[in-house]
Amino acid sequence: MDQQQRENFLEIRDLYVQYHTDTGLVKAVDGLNLSLAGGETLGLVGETGAGKTTTALAVMQLIASPPGRIAGGSIFLQGENLLKKSKEEQRHIRGGKIAMIFQDPMTSLNPVLPVQEQIAEMIRLHRKADADEVLKKARDMLSLVGIRPERGSEYPHQFSGGMKQRVVIAIALACNPTLLIADEPTTALDVTIQAQVLELMRELRQHFNTSTILISHDLGVVAELCDSVAIMYAGRIVEKADTKNLFRRPLHPYTQGLFRSVPDLTGNVRRLDTIAGLPPDPTNLPPGCCFASRCNIAEPDCSRSRPSMIEGETGHFAACFKLGKRGGV
Amino acid sequence: MNGPADSGALVEIRGLKKYFTVPHGLLQAVDDVNLSVAGGETLGLVGESGCGKSTLGRVVIRLLDATEGSVFFDKEDIFLYNKKALRNFRKRAQMVFQDPYSSLNPRFSVEQLIAEPLHIHRVCVNERETAAKVKTLMDIVGLASRLTTSFPHELDGGRRQRIGIARALALNPEFIVLDEPVSALDVCIQAQILNLLHDLKDEFRYTYLFITHDLSVIRHISDRIAVMYLGKIIELADHLEIFIHPQHPYTQALLSAIPLPNVDIPRAGRIILEGDVPSPVNPPAGCRFYSRCPSRWDRCLGEAPVLRELSPDHFLACHFPGRVDKAKHIRPRTALESAEL
Ligand SMILES: Nc1ncnc2c1ncn2[C@@H]1O[C@H](COP(=O)(O)OP(=O)(O)OP(=O)(O)O)[C@@H](O)[C@H]1O
Ligand SMILES: Nc1ncnc2c1ncn2[C@@H]1O[C@H](COP(=O)(O)OP(=O)(O)OP(=O)(O)O)[C@@H](O)[C@H]1O
Ligand SMILES: [Mg+2]
Ligand SMILES: [Mg+2]
Repeated sequence: MDQQQRENFLEIRDLYVQYHTDTGLVKAVDGLNLSLAGGETLGLVGETGAGKTTTALAVMQLIASPPGRIAGGSIFLQGENLLKKSKEEQRHIRGGKIAMIFQDPMTSLNPVLPVQEQIAEMIRLHRKADADEVLKKARDMLSLVGIRPERGSEYPHQFSGGMKQRVVIAIALACNPTLLIADEPTTALDVTIQAQVLELMRELRQHFNTSTILISHDLGVVAELCDSVAIMYAGRIVEKADTKNLFRRPLHPYTQGLFRSVPDLTGNVRRLDTIAGLPPDPTNLPPGCCFASRCNIAEPDCSRSRPSMIEGETGHFAACFKLGKRGGV
Repeated sequence: MNGPADSGALVEIRGLKKYFTVPHGLLQAVDDVNLSVAGGETLGLVGESGCGKSTLGRVVIRLLDATEGSVFFDKEDIFLYNKKALRNFRKRAQMVFQDPYSSLNPRFSVEQLIAEPLHIHRVCVNERETAAKVKTLMDIVGLASRLTTSFPHELDGGRRQRIGIARALALNPEFIVLDEPVSALDVCIQAQILNLLHDLKDEFRYTYLFITHDLSVIRHISDRIAVMYLGKIIELADHLEIFIHPQHPYTQALLSAIPLPNVDIPRAGRIILEGDVPSPVNPPAGCRFYSRCPSRWDRCLGEAPVLRELSPDHFLACHFPGRVDKAKHIRPRTALESAEL
């Protein structure tokens, strides 16, 4: 990889993804820009329904159509526009180059196939090896995620929620992808196993220079694993910075609200802080800043047009009109 | 003893076992659990993934039969209920399921899903009343009314989870088993739901069994916390006490591994567990944590520790409490190294 490619390993430009539903056109991703460097681990955090999974599915070329449609934009992986690839090429990229750990483990597991078979299937799809070798590798993957290999012949319904999640992780990692998209990979796991999975992802990065997008609501996990963080709200990125800067000094009022909502481990309060109001209707996004109606520093002007990303501090971007006015903060 | 202890507990779990038959033996998902939940109390349940929390939750509201033991609800054994009593129990005890996707009928709209329990138990006199009640429930859990006719697959993970919560609240139950109810929610909505659960508890004296992996959530929401390992309760104490004075080596490891949402606090003394998690199929005779315990002793291999009161209201199942050997906190072989990739 040359310098240029490493810098722009993945580049999403002006992405629009929409779903046609009976209640209207859902603008799930609405003008999203995001880039990822080679070997970088990016945390993607945001409100539920902000469009995180949709963004991931777009990169995977797995938006179901209908009802979904990529309505505009481009997704470059190592300089090549994924949206211009043939179906066949896309299938090959998926699983081999890009792998995804899905949010709902049950929907990505086949209920009538033993779990080790499901891992083996993935390995066979991308690599030639004899049956014994494939099965051994599949069982190795199981122990890698902390499941005893002899349980490989069992079916998904015989596993607990967290064990199913680990099978899904094993499938995704089986082919050493260069880009890993992990959608809430550790929420179903206890913190000791979570620590092991995070360690595994860290090692992948070291050994294979895997780039990762980690979608998570858990700010602790993000703080621990990610190099940089992007905050998503109503289909767009509203803040992006390296992890340290973002956690030390969140600039966007939504991000600040998120941090205030986390129950901490030392205090003993009965009520948690929340952000008043609801996120906007994705079938009817307002013309101005989507957060304005819930923002405690909003001014009438905020509702007129969409704020674009402003560099509040070096390398720290946020989409907030007040940022410019506040002259830095 | 056959009847429940006279403790004023709403839910009393006695010698409860749930075994599954699997290809190579009996899987002891829940093994000899004794617990009680007082009316109006929130009991938090944490533990390793696969240790039996969801199974315990399902047995406690009789979605699964017990292999052995009893569960008393309001002093009556739920496994001895007749049909009428069971029907009544189904109204009073509810569960929010861990997997919001597979627990919702994909052909039902949001409205139909939330109305379902109301229909089954004939709570409302007509459709208008049902619709109004559904609307109220959607407001309570923060689902916008435009979503009434949406289907589960059209919704994001967080909204699906809130449908499950609305369904559980529909019948004004007294006791709710909440299995990872906030894990798919962003921290802001999570805070709203936790506040809501608090309010309901204050107002109606709801009783919760709250299962989660998120330790800051469980500390916040619970009155007492029970820690489970491989089918057994290994520690039980007040929610603050257990964070200040964890006694079981597993609890200590668990608390030391919490990822903190802070980039400036240096991580001190994370206890990384080595060794294999033993199989729940024909598990070892002694302490089930033996193979991974940093402070194990010969006695632990032969004799399984029982849960006993260590200090007032602090229960522990360990022969050698609170003596984690610091020298053992070494970096284990990494996962990649051990799999020889
Ligand atoms: N198949 C679909 N049909 C219609 N609408 C959809 C579909 N999938 C997603 N949506 C809508 O698109 C929006 C974005 O959903 P998405 O699943 O990407 O959110 P998310 O950020 O991953 O949320 P969460 O954190 O809750 O998982 C939501 O409003 C959702 O209801
Ligand atoms: N229907 C079943 N048949 C066979 N084994 C089962 C069944 N249901 C659960 N088990 C096993 O029982 C054990 C406990 O499962 P359970 O779902 O209760 O765990 P859990 O503590 O809820 O885990 P998680 O935190 O991952 O959700 C696991 O080993 C699981 O594989
Ligand atoms: Mg999602
Ligand atoms: Mg479970």
